[in-house]
Amino acid sequence: MTYFALDNVSIQFGGLKAVDGVSFDVAKGEIFTIIGPNGAGKTTLFNLISRLYNVTGGKIVFKDEEITQLNAQQIAGRGIARTFQNIELFDNASVLQNLLVGRHRHSTTKFWEDLFFLPKVQREEVAHRQAVEEVMDFLRLQRYRDTLIAGLPYGVRKVVEVGRALSIGPEVLLLDEPSSGLNVEETSRMAEWILEINRRLGITILMVEHDMSLVSRVSDRVLALNYGRIMATGTAQEVQSHPDVVAAYLGA
Amino acid sequence: MAFKIRTGYEGDLGLFKTPQSIASYAALLLILCAAPFLVGSYFLSQIVFVLIYTIVGIGLVLLSGYAGQTSIGHAAFLAIGAYIAANAAKFGVPIYIYLPAAGLLTGLVGWLVGLPALRLHGIYLAIATFAFALIVEEILARWETVTHGNEGLMVKPAALFGKPLGEWGLYYLCILVTVFVVVIAVNVIRSPTGRAFLALRDSETAARSMGVDSARYKTFAFALSAGMTGLAGVLYAHKLSFISPEMFTLALSIEFVMIIIIGGIASLRGAALGAVFMIMVDPLLVLVKDKLPVAIGALTGSAAAQDKASVLLATPGVKSLIFGLIIIFFIIYEPMGLDGRWMKMKTWFRQFPFYRPATFRRQKMYLKSERGR
Repeated sequence: MTYFALDNVSIQFGGLKAVDGVSFDVAKGEIFTIIGPNGAGKTTLFNLISRLYNVTGGKIVFKDEEITQLNAQQIAGRGIARTFQNIELFDNASVLQNLLVGRHRHSTTKFWEDLFFLPKVQREEVAHRQAVEEVMDFLRLQRYRDTLIAGLPYGVRKVVEVGRALSIGPEVLLLDEPSSGLNVEETSRMAEWILEINRRLGITILMVEHDMSLVSRVSDRVLALNYGRIMATGTAQEVQSHPDVVAAYLGA
Repeated sequence: MAFKIRTGYEGDLGLFKTPQSIASYAALLLILCAAPFLVGSYFLSQIVFVLIYTIVGIGLVLLSGYAGQTSIGHAAFLAIGAYIAANAAKFGVPIYIYLPAAGLLTGLVGWLVGLPALRLHGIYLAIATFAFALIVEEILARWETVTHGNEGLMVKPAALFGKPLGEWGLYYLCILVTVFVVVIAVNVIRSPTGRAFLALRDSETAARSMGVDSARYKTFAFALSAGMTGLAGVLYAHKLSFISPEMFTLALSIEFVMIIIIGGIASLRGAALGAVFMIMVDPLLVLVKDKLPVAIGALTGSAAAQDKASVLLATPGVKSLIFGLIIIFFIIYEPMGLDGRWMKMKTWFRQFPFYRPATFRRQKMYLKSERGR
């Protein structure tokens, strides 16, 4: 059985091949990191997986189902959650509301049931709230519960975004540069959370990251991408010392 | 400062936030119900208009403030509700059937109008809704067998079980519908649907990645908003007892948008405050028109200046000018509207010597990516 695999995935914007025949597979429970210089196609790859972009070739398979044919809004329902490089939180809503939106795929109420706020809606809301409070306990976000995102510092927003993705109750978590814009202390806390999400909650993690100390600390396997093509795969050490990778980062 | 002690998650899900607010809303409802005994018929009909505008305002708050979709075609939804009422009343359909039916049918039309919203954003969507309003206006003028065209249509007085409701009856009906619409709006906001709305408003990309079906919720927002406006249309028709196409023009749509700009774009209370403001502006303008030239004349002591002032104020377009100035004023100085002002005053008293003006200062962030749109 294939757990999560990309098979010869490509996307072309006009004449530019942003991702060019990328294949790899991720085992259940793994932390898989994608590195590469700016413009290598890392975020594009994530956007392909979360179906914000359509592939021009190849396919993406999750648990033996080809997800390349699904809509973006069906991806969360399959148990794949993601964060964004530039933080895409709902700015004029509280932390609590943001996390509750993550529970959207679990709500089964119909429009008209919501309109009249039937007892069923209330029961589900309480269940959602419980689930979200657990996530908040886990990430220590309780003190920001009712704060609007617009009033939060950048570091906390990063954590809230992880929290929102966790509220989905995912099997696979895509983290797009979880440490960008964080200071040293916040980065090391983020690393601990990533490990804990992986070990304690058993969530498979796909991550795009630039901070090599974080990468080598948490990753089981690393993939280096350049100009949309795979340069190297292996452990963090192997990839870091691969001649092509060194050349791409330092210039040949 | 008052703190609410919470013992369960249900406590946060109630219709009212605090016991005090139950008391204050009950008092408001009581005053409204007692109003016919206290005020004359002119004020009563002003309150009716306030209630009708409040309903439309709430519909727009849900659509623009919560779901982030613009519409400058709401006069058309009002017109559809009004013409349904006029025709249904003509054929003797009872009001308890055509009132909900008008809401549902207008909601259906709103759903159809919502379909282009799936592909359009911001100003383009506004133009599309405007085009829709023009189409409806044109249909009202041309479909003479049903609408009597530009001649207009007399609306039979609202009646229940064969007995006319009269002025008071219509007033209480307006209160009933308003309370219903408010409760529906509060329900939507506290349910997953409302959260889906604000998710779409703030980041459609993220919303879709959270599993929010953007097409479904955008069209639903339009349907809901239109349905509420349709209900208001029925009341509007009965209140005016005569309707014609030139009553439902762009100017009316703009007035509706002004309700939420002045009241506060994402606040139900703001819709009510904005409605009160919009209804009050007209009598105030009349007052200004009558009294200002006289005052100027008295101050300057010249009859020529008085004449000049009254001619100037009587120029057509002065009203639009003043409306425009009011909008600009609010957008620059109080983007959160009257409701925002109210909240600031409340916070000032609550935190009395420690209020910091920076609490409500807007933060500018330039991180939002527009990719994936």
